[in-house]
Amino acid sequence: MDFKLTKEEQELKEYYEDFFREAIKKAPAIFSHGGGFEAIYSDDEGFAFHQKMAKIMGEKGMLSLPWPKELGGADASIMHQLIFNEAREVSRCPGFDFIGCGMFAPSLLVFANDDQKARLLPPIAKGEVQYCQGWSEPDAGSDLASLQTAAVRDGDEWIINGQKVWTTAAHRSDCMFILVRTDPNSSGSRGLSVFHLDMKTPGIEVRPLYYMNGSHVYNEVFLKDVRVLHKDLIGDEGSGWQVTMATMNFERSGMGFFSTGRKVMERIIQYVKTTKRNGKLLSENAAIRKEIGKIYAGLEAGTMMAFRVGCTQASGDMMAAASVASESKVFGTEFSKHIFDFATKVLGLYGMIEEGDATSLLNVVEEYQSAPGLTIAGGSNEVQRCIISWMAPLNMPRWKLMDPAALKR
Amino acid sequence: MDFDFTSDQEMLRKSVAEFLKKECPYERVKEIEDTEEGYDPKLWKKMARLEWMGIYFPEEYGGFEDPLMNLCLIMEEMGKMAYVSPYFSTVVQCGILVMEGGNKKQKKDILSKIIKGKLIMALARYEEDASHDPSFIQMPATVSGDGYTLNGTKLFVGDANIADKIIVAARTDKGVTLFLVDAKAEGITIKKRKSIAKDNTCDVILNNVTVSKDDMLGKPGQGEALLNSMTQKATVAKVAEMIGGCEAAILMTAEYAKGRVQYKTPIAAFQAIQHFMSDMKLGYDSCLNFYYKVAWMVDEGVECSKDISALKGRMNEVYNFIGDRGVQIHGGIGTTREFNIALFFRRAKAFEFMMGDSDYHYEKVAEALGM
Repeated sequence: MDFKLTKEEQELKEYYEDFFREAIKKAPAIFSHGGGFEAIYSDDEGFAFHQKMAKIMGEKGMLSLPWPKELGGADASIMHQLIFNEAREVSRCPGFDFIGCGMFAPSLLVFANDDQKARLLPPIAKGEVQYCQGWSEPDAGSDLASLQTAAVRDGDEWIINGQKVWTTAAHRSDCMFILVRTDPNSSGSRGLSVFHLDMKTPGIEVRPLYYMNGSHVYNEVFLKDVRVLHKDLIGDEGSGWQVTMATMNFERSGMGFFSTGRKVMERIIQYVKTTKRNGKLLSENAAIRKEIGKIYAGLEAGTMMAFRVGCTQASGDMMAAASVASESKVFGTEFSKHIFDFATKVLGLYGMIEEGDATSLLNVVEEYQSAPGLTIAGGSNEVQRCIISWMAPLNMPRWKLMDPAALKR
Repeated sequence: MDFDFTSDQEMLRKSVAEFLKKECPYERVKEIEDTEEGYDPKLWKKMARLEWMGIYFPEEYGGFEDPLMNLCLIMEEMGKMAYVSPYFSTVVQCGILVMEGGNKKQKKDILSKIIKGKLIMALARYEEDASHDPSFIQMPATVSGDGYTLNGTKLFVGDANIADKIIVAARTDKGVTLFLVDAKAEGITIKKRKSIAKDNTCDVILNNVTVSKDDMLGKPGQGEALLNSMTQKATVAKVAEMIGGCEAAILMTAEYAKGRVQYKTPIAAFQAIQHFMSDMKLGYDSCLNFYYKVAWMVDEGVECSKDISALKGRMNEVYNFIGDRGVQIHGGIGTTREFNIALFFRRAKAFEFMMGDSDYHYEKVAEALGM
């Protein structure tokens, strides 16, 4: 047992914290409202700042930390990645394309051929390209492997037909990496393949899917006879599921939920110490004091859980890491929702007003509103809970499946 | 960062686990619970021979000077087996008080006896108001002749009924002061209460009990500081025992759910059950890693009172949730004396209050955060 950061890790932490603390100061006003996806993808100015930061971070090698040195990376350890991600998430500074850098690059490193690596990796590392991810479909949500968008071989090309949904940032993206069914006779996770797709390819139509508050983060993407070259097939035909799972090798501790939660807690404490209601400082309210104690405990517990994910990943035990990562995701997302909800309650009537400024707690209302997406995206928490129970040490059986036709009598 | 144990620690854990599994299975625990003395003297002697008592004490008094983490490993394994013994009151609470507050003679005398399994001790600190904060201790210790006279009632005293010596916290004109009192001394009445954990929770009534100056532990007025320092470590040790209990309750419930068939299906295949099971596991893991960190902080000498409070506050909630869901998933049979899951349900409630409930600890966190 040892929970100290090494001298080198401590230095990295300070370096990244300084970098992001300074960088976020130059962000447009929209980032004072929490700085989530909404600031980056819904707002023109916000997206321009994201792109600018991506190039700066690219120059400093921050977009390719875990990559091998020969491909322009830093061979960064899981702990190094964790420290970087934590500093970044605490600052809420944009620039790191979580889709291209966080999800597609790991797949390329493992499955791409030399030609693809040479073509696709450098623009990602330099922050020159925005990606979106073509995974979910109207009938394939948490059960992603049931997706139906199909690609049919035609000589040197493949022809894609189908529909994707919940496509974050599709309206801002240069490219998509898309998971499609290449074997029409297959079902489930077999017979799927991944392609790299230029979003300017004819036949792609992006339609906005507005969030409940009217912001534009998600999209529907319709694909009609979209032609993609065979050389843009990533990995072997039929290996799509394995290709999409390659992100397991990158840091995925869920630390960000606890880092941002800590920031919100600090804002709440500041607010209750300086705000009177019914003639009394809110910080004297016993219920608020208790809840703050509870939140601190949850954040510390969650942070250690996230470190545990990182250390388990670093040890190479990916099954064990996957189980704790699911727990960290469930805990982190639900805890985030809880903190935002508590923050609105602390605000009282102000808890329904969306306007605010960076120095007050008031900008938490927008974050409260975007929080429901957390427990749904990336595999709903209900599915995560089942997965946790199926893995060691609980080892519970998978549920019995039911034929939907049985309900249609 | 490193979450792994040394091979020595793994061996210690294994040997404690094997011993308790063989010598004191759950059926035996329940038998012991039903006895007046509430512990098994033969097992107590065996534990001493296995050198569990001296693990945290200085070498010069016959101990091993291991880190608190190692003591916690023993507590974890005891928690898994719902083991009952005066280990927490004697070794953890009183032992640490003597180690940190005693003079050379007291340490030599008391610690060496504890290590050999020849002395059982109890700590009498709580009073009628049930405050955890030692600054509220009221019981007077009045100067009489060369020593002091103690008068009053102490409550929730673990293992007083089997103790040889009791450490009594009382107030002198200098403030809270600790006294070593012979449990058989004149004027002491001990009454065992029925408790939810079926443990040795006692009232200790002191009626004109005289103690000599030499039987003071630490200096007059030093009691609060000594109690606070010991309580930090004892709280982590109690959390260790609760963590062990959580693990055992989760695994026991998972096994039961896989064997229990209703609607022609093992109930483990139902999502309602799976979701509760994963929430139990998640709660447990969230405390487990935090507890390791806090134990490590104590061993490193890092100030961590805020974290200890946060940990215990959370642990109380998690253990009670796991105890409650454990019984619920077992169904009717889980509520019986025969089945073992209720051992944990009952202990979860008792341990919630030992070393501080969540209200108390979360308030301490809020204070430490400047509120």
